[in-house]
Amino acid sequence: MRIPNPILLDFRLVPEDASTIAARTDALYAFLVAVAVFFSALVFILVTVFAVKYRRRPGVKAAPTGHGHLLLEVTWIVIPFILVMIMFVWGAKLFIRIRQPPPDAMEINVVARQWMWKLQHPNGRREINELHVPAGVPVRLRMVSEDVIHSFYVPAFRLKQDVLPGTYMSLWFEPTKPGEYHLFCAEYCGMEHAGMKGRVVVMEPEEYQKWLTAGPPVQSMADAGRELFVTRAGCQSCHSPTSGGRGPDLAGVYGRRRELNDGRSVLADESYLRESILRPDSHLLAGYGDRSLMPPYLGQLSEDDVIQLIAYIKSLPRNGAARADAASVRDQAPPAPAATRPAES
Amino acid sequence: MTTLPYSSPPTELNYLNVRYTLASWLLSVDHKRIAILYLLTITFFFALGGIFAVLIRMDLATPSPDLVTSETYNKLFTMHGVAMVFFFLIPGVPAVFGNFLVPMMIGARDLAFPRLNLLSWYIFATGGLFTLTSMVLGGVDTGWTFYTPYSSTYANTHVISAALGIFLTGFSSILTGLNFLVTIHTMRAPGMTWFKMPLFIWAHYATSIIILLGTPVVAIAIVLVFIERVFRIGIFDPALGGDPILFQHLFWFYSHPAVYIMILPSMGIVSELVTCFSRRRIFGYKFVAMSSVLIAVIGFLVWGHHMFVSGQGMYASLVFSYLSFFVAIPSAVKVFNWTATLYKGSISYHAPMLYVFGFVGLFTIGGLTGLFLANLGLDVHVHDTYFVVAHFHYIMVGGVIMAYMGGLHFWWPKMTGRLYSEGWARLGALIIFVGFNLTFFPQFLLGYLGMPRRYHYYPEEFQVLNVMSSAGATILGVGYLIPIVYLVWSLRWGPVAGPNPWGAKGLEWQTSSPPPTENFETTPVVTEEPYAYEEDAEVAVAH
Amino acid sequence: MHTSSTLTEHTADRGRAGHVPGLAHHFDDLAQQRQAGTLGMWAFLITEVMFFGGMFTAYAYYRYRYPAAFAAGSAHLDVTLGTINTAVLIGSSLTMVLAVHAAQLGRNRDIVRFFLMTIGLGLVFLVIKAFEYGHKWRDHLVPGRHFRWHGDGGGGPVQLFYSLYFAMTGMHALHMVIGMALIGVLAVMAGRGRFTPQNHNAVENIGLYWHFVDVIWIFLFPLLYLLGVHT
Repeated sequence: MRIPNPILLDFRLVPEDASTIAARTDALYAFLVAVAVFFSALVFILVTVFAVKYRRRPGVKAAPTGHGHLLLEVTWIVIPFILVMIMFVWGAKLFIRIRQPPPDAMEINVVARQWMWKLQHPNGRREINELHVPAGVPVRLRMVSEDVIHSFYVPAFRLKQDVLPGTYMSLWFEPTKPGEYHLFCAEYCGMEHAGMKGRVVVMEPEEYQKWLTAGPPVQSMADAGRELFVTRAGCQSCHSPTSGGRGPDLAGVYGRRRELNDGRSVLADESYLRESILRPDSHLLAGYGDRSLMPPYLGQLSEDDVIQLIAYIKSLPRNGAARADAASVRDQAPPAPAATRPAES
Repeated sequence: MTTLPYSSPPTELNYLNVRYTLASWLLSVDHKRIAILYLLTITFFFALGGIFAVLIRMDLATPSPDLVTSETYNKLFTMHGVAMVFFFLIPGVPAVFGNFLVPMMIGARDLAFPRLNLLSWYIFATGGLFTLTSMVLGGVDTGWTFYTPYSSTYANTHVISAALGIFLTGFSSILTGLNFLVTIHTMRAPGMTWFKMPLFIWAHYATSIIILLGTPVVAIAIVLVFIERVFRIGIFDPALGGDPILFQHLFWFYSHPAVYIMILPSMGIVSELVTCFSRRRIFGYKFVAMSSVLIAVIGFLVWGHHMFVSGQGMYASLVFSYLSFFVAIPSAVKVFNWTATLYKGSISYHAPMLYVFGFVGLFTIGGLTGLFLANLGLDVHVHDTYFVVAHFHYIMVGGVIMAYMGGLHFWWPKMTGRLYSEGWARLGALIIFVGFNLTFFPQFLLGYLGMPRRYHYYPEEFQVLNVMSSAGATILGVGYLIPIVYLVWSLRWGPVAGPNPWGAKGLEWQTSSPPPTENFETTPVVTEEPYAYEEDAEVAVAH
Repeated sequence: MHTSSTLTEHTADRGRAGHVPGLAHHFDDLAQQRQAGTLGMWAFLITEVMFFGGMFTAYAYYRYRYPAAFAAGSAHLDVTLGTINTAVLIGSSLTMVLAVHAAQLGRNRDIVRFFLMTIGLGLVFLVIKAFEYGHKWRDHLVPGRHFRWHGDGGGGPVQLFYSLYFAMTGMHALHMVIGMALIGVLAVMAGRGRFTPQNHNAVENIGLYWHFVDVIWIFLFPLLYLLGVHT
């Protein structure tokens, strides 16, 4: 163990600043610190001055309080009100920015479990308790937990998001500075909660590309998903144009609105796809009857499997050309490697 | 302490010496005796929670996990939270001072339902026993927040008995709140109109409303977790389609207002003390009174600010954040009015007043840092870090316990008939103030630096601030031990207090100390506004 | 606060009026005692509303999330038995009203009679409920390890429906049992002739409580048994 530096050479009051959000959060923090210091000082000084100046002395009586200090009361209602409204608007604008990922963000999948972070890049490269990302590129994490609630927290980015079992959460950031930063689990998750940490490695984009392709060749997520789709999960037997309409064709489903048989319509996002795979009855499509013919895959597929399947479904293009392709891969087992996959456009 | 010589115990009958048997205490329906029963019970839990806190801080003095295992550490912070929140902070001021003083301050002979009051103590004690059982059997490790699905499915510690214990204390506090509400409504002395009530009563009125509306909801949330564990069914279990976030909503619907259950009665104490020791009518009486009610009402609309990063929808978060900022206004109104009450007063530095100074300062910091957490963008960073820990300790320890200690010193002569050593009391207050700040201020910095809460071990760069915090905790611990010594000492050797050692104006001071069983010889009639200190020709204070 | 030791007319009555039968020592008069009791009961019922409200919230939320599963689960409840139970409970509210009326007139024997009828109807309700629970047990619809679901809607959310069904009706039944026990105690007191036209607050309060339990069922019945069955 390193002996702690006695002269606090490394002492700092804010963590490193390594995302596009961090400086904005720090500015807001500075404003709030200023307000807090001002009002704390005001109260401390007034209390101290009054306590000393009006200390009890023989023969000196307190002045009557009297009634009706309306102007004063209104003053100290209105001024704090204005200040907190500034805080609200400022914080809300930052929050909305934090919650709205740019559409072109690169996607990385995160599966959390007691007590580790499992991450997977779109090309299939996996890592544990480490996340390599390129600087200057917006990244969106799609996160799900296999057990309890965790929380993905990178102080240098000033960002955190709880990771829930049973539903996808997302978090986006754009790293600005290459370096290594703490990754913490911020939501208490059991015995080794404090050990559920890792690091985020921000690299120059070209180094990231090198890193991504280094190591043994891996199957991309969409390919792994296609393999599942065709073989083990057996989705292909119903969800293809040649299956006689038993199940909806999934090409281009992602990102579209779906009409349900109870009259509602929902956006087919990743959570929708996940629910529909694990619990088909939760969203019955209009035109497919009152009950689903599809068995629920809950308990049959791992969170990882579902993520690969969704990656595959998302990779299916919207236009009709894909249909023939989907049909053509049916008999290919094992499926062709990524490079020789039939072109889909 | 020179004006009153030591004299023999009072000979007239009072609530303490009317009977001496154990049964006369355990079966008493006298609100004052029940208050003493509560005082003893919650002091026990405070000590227990304090010991857990000391162990936590000792372990955190170094970055590595050296004193206890991670499993034990998790149990320690859970049991610290459970003991302190459910068995000390929530019942603290209302069950001890509220029980003792609400009837006396409004000129009543007892609470409206004395037997219900005794029952509520028994339920509280039973709940305490269940929770103790879970601690003795090996503890519980879910955190005091009992988040699902960890608490309902994954934890393999004694969640069931702890949950049952908390459910029971909740039931006990419902009965207490109900008793206060009815008593304040129906049993005020002739002449005591709503706006002649002491602010302590207003605070307890607002608190009762929160207890009645909030506690049942956490009760049902805990019952559902209980059912889920016992019968292995899934109400919050995602594997069955349940939603763990629903538990968080139910939990915080109560547990955020619960913060106001703690702080509002404490604010009531401060209003009583600040007027007495500056010998001035409270500044802006109606504003202070109404701010209590406003805090109670707004307090029910802000629970979602605990869930900004939990997966709650963005628009819900915007609304909860917006509303949360409104709590700042009535809180600020109170602080400014107390400060203005000091202006041109005749201020003495008795121990209770020192605690008031401490309260005002620490609550101001606690309140202002609450704005950081209500702030959406900033909360994303500081949520679930030590910043939150520091913030709520400033409110709960810096606010509630400061006021509790102030109240204890202020009403101790009334409750026991004895005076304690003023010098030791001032020293104790000073040590607590210093120790508190050293313990918790570094935690704000730790939080912004990114140290998550509930961490058994941590990266080395956080050590300096953690060592400061642990050192402060030692001082704070000593600070809490001192009052125990001199207060117990005063019971036997303290000078006799007389009915009104502070020259205070509340109705509770118009009767002997300790008061007779039915509080007043004749029912008082109220003709004046509260805190009419300015009419006094000369200040008469014991020491 | 300035206080005066001279008692006004009003406060002269505020002495220790121990001679009034049924007046507790700390109240000034029966009117105050009655006011306190009534307010206390209403306040308690508000806490009960919040208690059940938590479960209603959970139910509404899950029903919105899994409409098909909840409709399917609901379709397996026995509407006939539920309807009979609703009628039984409304009947018991009627006998309770009659008991309160008898108390206002000070007729203790009538109070006992109507109380016993109320308890009897409550028992009928609970027995029918027990049969329903028995059917669910037999059909493997009790949540937990033995839960089996072969119908529509997917097992998980249907189990959620049954978890809430048992939690809500179970809590309701528990409230009935407590209510019946309290009615039993008051029936004994009435048997000893304790209630007078001036002092029968306890009877009125138990009446409020019983009606409240009844009203909870009036919400539970359509929510659990009827909603969505015919869509």
